[in-house]
Order: sequence, then C-alpha cells, then structure tokens
Amino acid sequence: MFGAALAALALAVIVGVIAGTSGIAPGRVLLEVIDRLTPWRIDSGLDPRERNIVWQLRMPRVVLAGLVGAMLSLAGASYQGVFRNPLVDPYLLGAAAGAGLGATIAISYLRSSRENWAVDPIVGLGFVGAIIAVVATYLVGAAGGARTSTSLVLAGVAVTAFATAFQTFLQRQDDETRREVFSWILGRLNTATWGDVRLVVPYIAVSTVVLLMYRRQLDVLRVGEDEAGALGVQVARTRLWVVAAATLGTAAAVSVSGLISFVGIIVPHTVRLLGGASFRRVLPLSLLVGAAFLIATDTFARTASGGDNIPIGVVTAFFGAPFFIVLMRTRAVAR
Amino acid sequence: MTSRRRLGAVLLAVPLAALAAACGSAEKSATETKLVAPVRTTTTSSTVPLPLGRPSRIVSLSPTVTETLFAIGAGDQVVAVDSFSNYPPEAPVTDLSAYEPNIEAIAKYQPDLVFTDGTNPDLESQLNKLGIAVFAAKAPKNLEQVYQQVEQIGAATGNIAQAGAVSLTMQDEINAILRTYTRPTDGKIVYYYELDNTFYSASSKTFAGAVFNALGMINIADEVDTKQTAGYPQLTPEFIVSKNPDVIFLADTKCCQQSAATVKARPGWESIRAVRENRIVELDDDIAMRWGPRVVELVRTVVAGLTGITPDPDKIFE
Repeated sequence: MFGAALAALALAVIVGVIAGTSGIAPGRVLLEVIDRLTPWRIDSGLDPRERNIVWQLRMPRVVLAGLVGAMLSLAGASYQGVFRNPLVDPYLLGAAAGAGLGATIAISYLRSSRENWAVDPIVGLGFVGAIIAVVATYLVGAAGGARTSTSLVLAGVAVTAFATAFQTFLQRQDDETRREVFSWILGRLNTATWGDVRLVVPYIAVSTVVLLMYRRQLDVLRVGEDEAGALGVQVARTRLWVVAAATLGTAAAVSVSGLISFVGIIVPHTVRLLGGASFRRVLPLSLLVGAAFLIATDTFARTASGGDNIPIGVVTAFFGAPFFIVLMRTRAVAR
Repeated sequence: MTSRRRLGAVLLAVPLAALAAACGSAEKSATETKLVAPVRTTTTSSTVPLPLGRPSRIVSLSPTVTETLFAIGAGDQVVAVDSFSNYPPEAPVTDLSAYEPNIEAIAKYQPDLVFTDGTNPDLESQLNKLGIAVFAAKAPKNLEQVYQQVEQIGAATGNIAQAGAVSLTMQDEINAILRTYTRPTDGKIVYYYELDNTFYSASSKTFAGAVFNALGMINIADEVDTKQTAGYPQLTPEFIVSKNPDVIFLADTKCCQQSAATVKARPGWESIRAVRENRIVELDDDIAMRWGPRVVELVRTVVAGLTGITPDPDKIFE
C-alpha cells in the first residue's frame, strides 16, 4: 500500500512537471530536471523562457499543490480521529473562516502599505486569523464546560458563523476589495511561487511530525474517549496537541492557497477504505495520497482547458466524488 | 466535460457577478436604433414603457450610466446611484447594488426610470412588476455602440441635444487620438489585459476588447475564451509567459494594487517581452471597465502606452 502510494505521488509529480500548455517537449523537461537535480550534466535544449516556465512556474506549483494536498489530508484525517466523526474536515474549528476574515482585513486596510511588509499581509493575516479563530473555538468550547469534543465542534460552528458574518460585513464596507477577496477565496494555486513554498514548509513540517507522533493515541481513541482514558491515553492533552498541530498546518496551507475543499474529507476516507482504519496507516497514507491527488487535479485544472485555469475546487469535486462513490460501492459489495 | 464546465460556471458565478457588475458582459448588442425619442427600451424585455418627456426620479445601478447621465446634463434628474458609482463626485451614492439587488430599497426612491447594465434580467423583471421602467444599458461591442448608447440615454432622459453633443465630442476626440497611432505594417501587437492579480483577463469580445480591436491588436486571452468563460477566462501564468505578449495592460491597479513594479517582481515573468522592455501600462480600473464618456481617457492612455512598440518578429499570426 505504501509502495503504491509512493508510486502514485511520483507519477503525479512527473506528469505535473512535464504537462503544460506551452508545447515544451516532455522529454526535454525530464532532461532539464536531470541536469539540474542530479550530478549528470545534460543539455536539455530548452531556451531561457522555457526554463523559466519549468522552474519558476510549473515546479513551485506542483510542490505547493503537493504540500497543501498532503497537509489538508493529514489534518482532515487527524481531526476525524480526534473528534471520532467521519464528516469532519480541516476547516471544522474555524480555520477557514478565520483565514478568510484575516485576509479580508488585510485586503481592506493594508492595501496601500503592502510593499512595506516582509510577508504579504494577506498571507500573514490569513494565517494569524486561522489560528485566532481556532483558539477562540477552544476557549468558547472550554467555557461551555463539557469535556467531550461535541462542545468544541459546536463552538467551531459558532466561531465560523461569526467570522464569516464579520468578513461579509467588512466586504460590504468597501466595494473595491470584493474582487480580490473573491479571488482569494476561490484558491490561489494559479499564483504559486517558490516564495509561497518557503513560507509554508516550516509550519507544515512541524505539523506533520507532531500529528504522526500521535497516530497511536488516535488509534486508541477509536474505542471511545472514556475507554481511551481508562487505557491510559490522556484524552484532553492528545486533543489539544492534535488540534494545535493540525490547525498550524491548515492555517499555513489556507493562507497561501485559499480555500480548497473536499480534499481533507475525501482522501482520508479513500485511504481508510483501501488500507484499513488504523491511524498508523491512515495518517502517513493520507499525506502521500493527498499530495498526489492535489498535484494531479491541479495539473488537470491548468492544462485541460488550454491556458484557461479551471477553479481547483471544481476539479477536486468532479474527480473525487465519483471515485469515492465507486470505491464505497465496490467495498460494500466485497464485504 | 460539459457538466464540469457547468459546475465551473456555477462556482465562477460569484466572482464573475462582481466582475460583470463592473464590466458588463458583451452578450447582446446594446443599441439597435438611431436617435428616436422617446423610445421604448430597445435592449431588454422591459414590459413597462419608458416615461415620456423628462423623467425626474432616475436611479442608476450602473457606474457607466451614472457617468453618462452627469455628462449629458441629466444629473439633476438623478435621485440615487449604486455603490460602485464613484464618479463624478457629485453623484448621489447610496448602498444600492445591482448584483445583490434589494428591490424594496430601489423602489423606496420611487424612481420613474431605473438604469441597469443588463447583466441581471431578474432585477429588470422584478422592477417591471412594480411598474418601474427599466433601461438596460448593456456593454457595447465596439466604439460605434459606445457613442450610440450615450445618445440613447439622452433620448430616454429628455436630453437629446446635449447627449448628441457629448457623443460627437467623444467621436471627434477618439478619432483624433486613433489617427495619431500608426499601425505597424509588419505584424500585429500582442497584448495581455489583466483584471486581477490571479490573472483573470478580458478577451477581445468584451467592452475592453473593443478599444484594442480598433487599434488592430491581438489579445492572448482570445485563444482560450469559450462560451463558458464568457469573455473573462482566468489565464495560467504558463500560458501568459508562453504567449510572450508585447504589451501588458493592468486594469487591477486599484482593486489589487498591481503596478509595473509588482508585475516585474513576479517570478518567471522576466521572460515576457513586455516585462523585459518595460511595456506595462497601468490603467485606472474604473475608467478601463466603463464605457461612458471617459472612454476618451482610456483610448488616450492605451495609445500613449503603444508608442514605440513594434511587433515581435518571432511571432507569426495568420
């Protein structure tokens, strides 16, 4: 199963790098990659513009799609484990709505001073907004008193609603910002750069390490929170660390890529149906399959319609949903 | 494929509605008649006839029409304009919106004539149901239709003479500017027209394209513009770089704070001829997206930006 997932990821990366609309021969792209990334020196015959297209436009987009897909899938699987709810996605506790609010504030109020910032304030405030929203959810949930995850989920719904309402209110104050806010919400893989990649890698790396460390506790949690407690798992602490790590990674992914839905739900379930429900397998497999899935769908999004970019959420849903339905049916028959 | 694109169309509907509100979609010809006043709406299925004589309670839900109304001396007949109508400054701006319309709020102004940009037929039929006449001033496809629409708005508001004068002045000025531009004989100038910083573009089928068509230029977005993208495809950066446009026009200097400097800073874009040779023309978003009297300024900026540009000898068209 791991071999297959790795192969899928490798295939997605290769196709992603050689596929494009500018008519560069795939073989030459491969030679160019070998020339640059291995000790062998080969003349690929690409002109400077074609080299730019491969290294400055395609490569960072493939890498960013891989990182974002991996992160959203891993965070989705972790959230589903810690909340013991299969319908949960990484945006459950308000990360997406918080990021949207942060980005809108940046677009509305920091437009003119944008050049003075080390990091694009849209990305920075999107990230901070996501973190603040989830912390707020946690505080509201804790204030609710209940020690089960249900109060957290409800608090997430409330925080999401509030952040979305506030964002809409801000947007209505200033009509000129609407276009940029909508573009941001629709997803921004179309503008991917190495700068975006550098920005999110540290957060995604930390998040991934922490989440993978908790895979055994998540397995025990499957029997129930009280039972897991009786078995020696510190439930509240596990929940806090998993949520914190998943939020950090999700916030980083959302702040550079906008809202890409569906990946965080569909990939963990696909992995579960194919490879069993143990989180020791589901988490690392989600990481690999999520990366491969988003790279493949984004490659389709940027090539299928010539130079016209299809919104990524449309592609993920269009290919993910039927595949998932077929998978569910065949597995049900097999059982 | 079809259902994928249809899905796409649905998801795109939100941002494109925003775009369309500002740009208008060049679906149908805006003007079919010569100067005949008072006219029924020639442009829509408006079931309520336009008021005879001089309407005195006009509501404009189109920034373009607002500019035209004030230019032709109908300003004192206007009681309210939509939230996008930021020019001229004396226009009575309200928070009315053409693409999130609140019919009751519009009706409260007791308008005897409402102008729209024709992108929201539901709005028109709803206003008609309340007995309110609607003039849908749709985005024109060429400069001729731009002038005609000014005259039509004049006819509908009882300002025929002044509207005719404005239209003539526009024609004279634009023709004079166009005459200063000598088209290259050895090829065509290729351009990229940017609507926002995620690379939404406007093809030559839109109103923006009309100006460039008059200059005999080639729009890179045309190649991927389909029925689904309806004039406004989102281009991939790979496509833009590989098409290597000779000149770039930015209609996102206000909305998205883009400039020649920010375009030059985009990784990989240094391979584009327009970027290398510093042919990046910054347009005022509002002027670039409206087809009112300030089209003259748009044409002037565009032609000034073309000075000294020659076709790329490496490109072969037709």
